Amino acid sequence: MHTTAVAHEHHAEHPSGIWRWITTTNHKDIGTLYLCFSLLMFFVGGLFAMLIRAELFEPGMQLMDPAFFNEMTTLHGLVMIFGAIMPAFVGLANWMIPMMIGAPDMALPRMNNWSFWILPFAFTLLLSTMFMPGGGPAAGWTMYAPLMLQTGMALPFTIFAVHLLGISSVMGAINIIATVLNLRAPGMSLLKMPLFVWTWLITAYLLIAVMPVLAGAVTMELMDKYFGTSFFNAAGGGDPVLYQHVFWFFGHPEVYVMILPAFGIISEIIPTFSRKPLFGYTSMVYAVASIAFLSFIVWAHHMFTVGMPLAADLFFMFSTMLIAVPTGVKVFNWVATMWRGSLSFETPMLFAIAFVFLFTIGGFSGVMLALVPADWQYHQTYFVVAHFHYVLVTGAAFAIMAGVYYWLPKWTGHMYNETLGKWHFWLTAISANLLYFPMHFLGLAGMPRRIPDYPVQFTDLNQIVSIGGFVFGASQLIFLYVIIQCIRGGKKAEARAWDGAHGLEWTLPSPPPYHSFTEPPPAKLIWTHPYTGE
Amino acid sequence: MSAQAHAANHYYIPHGTHWPIIGSVGLFITAVGGALWLEGMDIGRYFVLLGVIVILIMMFGWFGTVIRESLSGTYNEQVDRSFRWGMTFFIFSEVMFFGAFFGALFFARVFVEHWLAGSSNNLFTNLLLWKGYEPTWPSNGPANLGGSFEGMSAVGVAAINTLILLTSGLTVTIAHWGLKQGNRKKLCWFLLFTILLGFSFVALQAHEYIEAYTKQNLTLGSGIYGSTFFMLTGFHGLHVTIGAIMLSVILIRSLRGHFTPQNHFAFEAVSWYWHFVDVVWLGLFIFVYWL
Repeated sequence: MHTTAVAHEHHAEHPSGIWRWITTTNHKDIGTLYLCFSLLMFFVGGLFAMLIRAELFEPGMQLMDPAFFNEMTTLHGLVMIFGAIMPAFVGLANWMIPMMIGAPDMALPRMNNWSFWILPFAFTLLLSTMFMPGGGPAAGWTMYAPLMLQTGMALPFTIFAVHLLGISSVMGAINIIATVLNLRAPGMSLLKMPLFVWTWLITAYLLIAVMPVLAGAVTMELMDKYFGTSFFNAAGGGDPVLYQHVFWFFGHPEVYVMILPAFGIISEIIPTFSRKPLFGYTSMVYAVASIAFLSFIVWAHHMFTVGMPLAADLFFMFSTMLIAVPTGVKVFNWVATMWRGSLSFETPMLFAIAFVFLFTIGGFSGVMLALVPADWQYHQTYFVVAHFHYVLVTGAAFAIMAGVYYWLPKWTGHMYNETLGKWHFWLTAISANLLYFPMHFLGLAGMPRRIPDYPVQFTDLNQIVSIGGFVFGASQLIFLYVIIQCIRGGKKAEARAWDGAHGLEWTLPSPPPYHSFTEPPPAKLIWTHPYTGE
Repeated sequence: MSAQAHAANHYYIPHGTHWPIIGSVGLFITAVGGALWLEGMDIGRYFVLLGVIVILIMMFGWFGTVIRESLSGTYNEQVDRSFRWGMTFFIFSEVMFFGAFFGALFFARVFVEHWLAGSSNNLFTNLLLWKGYEPTWPSNGPANLGGSFEGMSAVGVAAINTLILLTSGLTVTIAHWGLKQGNRKKLCWFLLFTILLGFSFVALQAHEYIEAYTKQNLTLGSGIYGSTFFMLTGFHGLHVTIGAIMLSVILIRSLRGHFTPQNHFAFEAVSWYWHFVDVVWLGLFIFVYWL
């Protein structure tokens, strides 16, 4: 081994207090910032959801006026997507990718800092709109024109917030691509990378491809509102449907941005707790790449009722159903990984198994929604709400929680409290189904989304949903407690915190040194294959 | 940062930096100011001015640090490759941004015009809302928004600007040859030509815009044609301006002898950007002016 002078020298100049966090270029510090910020936003967005569910506990108007209700649905969506799920994945990427590929840090550490530090400012802009004359944005997270153009003073603030979020995401994604392509330890060829790294590489590509398109879409809205252009105005030869096309060209890859890293996390966890190599590593990589490719040619399945020509409806129906093929490959591979494995059910594994079950339910309802004639019935009902909460909460959010439990011992050097973790899991999993499953029936029975009031026959199911929601929300306080407790102390974690775990990150001590690898790891540490060990 | 500690086979890791937070504050002030300004509050423009100044300070400071580190030999080949990947994907993100506006143009021309005139499943759109509307291009829509106007032509300013940008792509490449041969005179002169061509493009475009507003009655409010024309060419012109400013910085650095025939990534990054701006213009010339 050569000298450790580099790490040493940095240690001496390592600032402390708040200035350390503001000026840090360290991937672990920035990962921690992302994860803490995302947890904060998870509770902010969760608070909005609790208000929504409180209003919907009974028919009639109880707590808020309809405009505020619409603000809540809009901000809940924007905060959860751009504030909770995406930053959580970026935080996990920051923490884990350099350790998984044997790198010292991210490739562009200063830009890494900027990617994070734009976020708090962007959300200050976005959330401040709630206190402005006319209230916050209330046109839904999709911000459809022309409804969005009726927003008051909040409009330019919301749009500029989206611009800032886009800048942050693109810089973060560029950094991840540069890191993965350039900083892998010698000998780690692309098809030897852990799947979490693979999924993030593809996700980063998606982000760079589509965040600028979202910026373009909201810029057109800004121009239509303030500078008299006619992008979304039929009188001038434009078309409101154009907004939907541009938005969903962003929006569909965006939903895969929120699920592909989840696939990566699950593909790390299931082999560990099955004590078996991942089944079908290469097919997993190709499946993720196929899903990413398909995500660019399915966007109009969000718009089947908008009056597109039949040929377009059919094309987008068939292309959408194709996605079920690579997704099916992944689900079967996870199941095959567990088959005849030596399974144990620690909290990360529980969340991972719940992910496989519940995400698959969301996948199936997605195939139902892909059918044009059926979608004409389901569109804009609670069935859609049920679908995307199954994939984003019991899918993406469960994977994030699984990842947090899985890597907390690595990050903090302590084991978390397994009993409380299991309590958190069971309460979350049961309440999430209480919360989202009845939404399918509400939607099939005709209850529209984004309304503060409903006919009395929907009351029973709505009350079950709301109770599920409150339990779900309260259960997350256990999560917060477990994390804080684990940071402060607990049983010492070994380098390889889980006996079945593979990968370079587990060769580092827990917690790992400030700079993960200050020089390329010795060849014997680089596994030949991440899962087969060949 | 004590750069010398890093041997070539070590990884390069920079220190804590205060420039990003300054950049974020600058962006925040600019965004707040811009939003207030759009909402008719004149104080917003002072915020925008302040925000832009803060962002400029950040850029001077941040790039200055990177230039000093580069000159002191801190960076190894690996860092160079990271920069290359970073610039490549930044340009890709820009391509996608333009893609959104090109998409709007194609969608309007290929579909919307015909739908408003009743084709496909839109018979009643035409009968009930825009009876008698025929698809045309250039179009300001069935309501003739902004009044009659004269569209842009591919001959004239657009053709001259095409020649200018294509020539500038050639001159920047000759400058690169000069740099690789260690011929600083050639490098600097051809960089200067490129910059002059870039700014003359912007000047001609300004002239074109003035003509459009004063003589052709073509404005941002001229329906979908005005919207797509000004947004596409406007964002492109902005990129040409930024590119020309970046080339000017590279010229100053060339005059100071910052670049060696082996090591000049900043020059290459800016020339990539310049070629990107060039290619976007070819798309504009074909689809906005010509077809």
